[in-house]
Amino acid sequence: MAQLTGTDAVPGLDAATLAKDFPLLSREVHGHKITYLDSAASSQRPTAVLDAMREYDETTHANVHRGVYAIAEEATRRFEAARTNVGRFIGAPDPGREVVFTKNATEALNLVAHAWGRTHLGRGDVVVLTEMEHHANIVPWHMLAAERGIELRWIPIDDDGRLVLDDLDAVLDGAKLLGVTCMSNVLGTLNPVTELAAAAHAAGAVVVADACQSVPHLPTDVSALGVDFLAFSAHKMLGPTGIGVLWGREELLAELPPFLGGGEMILDVRKDGFTPNDIPWRFEAGTPPITEAIGLGAAVDYLRGVGMAAVRTHEIALTRYALDALRSRFGDAIRIFGPPEAEDRGGVISFAFGDVHPHDVSQILDEYGVCVRAGHHCAKPLMRRLGVNATARASFGLYNDEHDVDTLVEALDAAGKFFA
Amino acid sequence: MPGLEDLYREIILDHYRSPRNRGELESPPAVRVEGFNPLCGDEIVVTLDVVDGVVNDIKIAGTGCSISQSSASLMSAAVKGTSVDEARELIATFKGMMSIHEATLPTGASDGTTELVEAPEPEAIDVDALGELAALQGVVKFPVRIKCATLSWNTLSQGLDEATASEATAGV
Repeated sequence: MAQLTGTDAVPGLDAATLAKDFPLLSREVHGHKITYLDSAASSQRPTAVLDAMREYDETTHANVHRGVYAIAEEATRRFEAARTNVGRFIGAPDPGREVVFTKNATEALNLVAHAWGRTHLGRGDVVVLTEMEHHANIVPWHMLAAERGIELRWIPIDDDGRLVLDDLDAVLDGAKLLGVTCMSNVLGTLNPVTELAAAAHAAGAVVVADACQSVPHLPTDVSALGVDFLAFSAHKMLGPTGIGVLWGREELLAELPPFLGGGEMILDVRKDGFTPNDIPWRFEAGTPPITEAIGLGAAVDYLRGVGMAAVRTHEIALTRYALDALRSRFGDAIRIFGPPEAEDRGGVISFAFGDVHPHDVSQILDEYGVCVRAGHHCAKPLMRRLGVNATARASFGLYNDEHDVDTLVEALDAAGKFFA
Repeated sequence: MPGLEDLYREIILDHYRSPRNRGELESPPAVRVEGFNPLCGDEIVVTLDVVDGVVNDIKIAGTGCSISQSSASLMSAAVKGTSVDEARELIATFKGMMSIHEATLPTGASDGTTELVEAPEPEAIDVDALGELAALQGVVKFPVRIKCATLSWNTLSQGLDEATASEATAGV
């Protein structure tokens, strides 16, 4: 995969069978079997992940990198094995050194802003972002801009929710960093990250990619993407909350100062100073989320077992089915944001539904057990560009199927009638 | 389990479809205050004409969900023509109705589900005094929507403070 477009050339998967691996998906809400369409916010966890975390807690738990006794060694080995596993999953050239565990993707992006930004950016330096970034890849740069006087530039989007790259060279001219999302959490747009990274490198900028929405749904290879930093969260990829990942190119990470200070991130502490630890532990101050790392490792195993190419094939087909169903049922009454073709986007469908406010849409859908997100999706600059305060958003996971889409369509129809 | 009819009462839907006192007064002389709900991006603009301690006129602008819009509409109808003191009392009564008492907080049941415990009628709050506004009572059963209902009231409260402050200054 040179680009984030994926393909439907490989067979898909049997979502209804996979859904049985997810205990939560069998529950009812308001007397209806749940229809969970909010995986872009947080995905559900398969039994394999829940069991792995419980098994670790029941048999192995001790603090890592500290004790010399048997279970402490075993815990450390399993924790580091999870790191390597996650690194291999995204094609990291040196998975043991390049994968940093953080609290979440937001912390991973803040880590880049603090550790890299504070050592590389000064007054007048330019950081380029896109109009479709999540707040997590905007606010850390705003904070740095206020502190250091750096300049933010923006790559605009067109009416189909694609980046406008006509003036890319001019926008990147003199830039020190490009921050770009691999896949918009609102529009589903898959950005040409490889092309953007090449252009940014040609301009002398490093590239930090927000991969929260792409890693769970598409094959990912950091080398093919050509980015320098990549951030994502476990809880959007069938894993637990409380752990995120920053991948960074080894030579970049190696020269960065620490982010947070404390235990674990040091080699030595004296009264007159300290010596930071080697990477990746230099960026992992304090006791890390160990059980969560085990869970993330199990989530990666599960996804690998299903096959990311199969996940992508399934989601293209399901997104196409949903786009067709929504358009044919509601016509002009629904405004779907983002690229019109399923191949150009992930399984995220944001929409405006007549005059009904997204909160009201979501409230009525909930009555039918349908879970969708309503709000600004932590992307207010994008909301302003779209000319809305909020959207309703349905997003898919590998466990969703056409039946879920049908349920969504029927519930939306009811919402339309309720507010007619 | 609370049903949709608790939330979307007919009066609420009526005020949502046909909002009262819609628009903006010229400011100045009117006081203009904006309110935001950072959770959902809703915005409300209250413009307020206070003369001699009386809310002579009020207009509501902005965008939001049916609950925030109807609450703002009902509020404007309720406070237009009242004294500032009466308006403040009404704000206190309304916000009292909207506050979740401890007994109504979600409790973690042993099966892991959460249930809302039925709220005892708050004694201090005279719901009858609220008139049509009492239709918003059901919102309390949908905790995430309470902020929708109170947005315009918090904005009005700020507007009254500014209006009385500027009246005091003008009077000196």
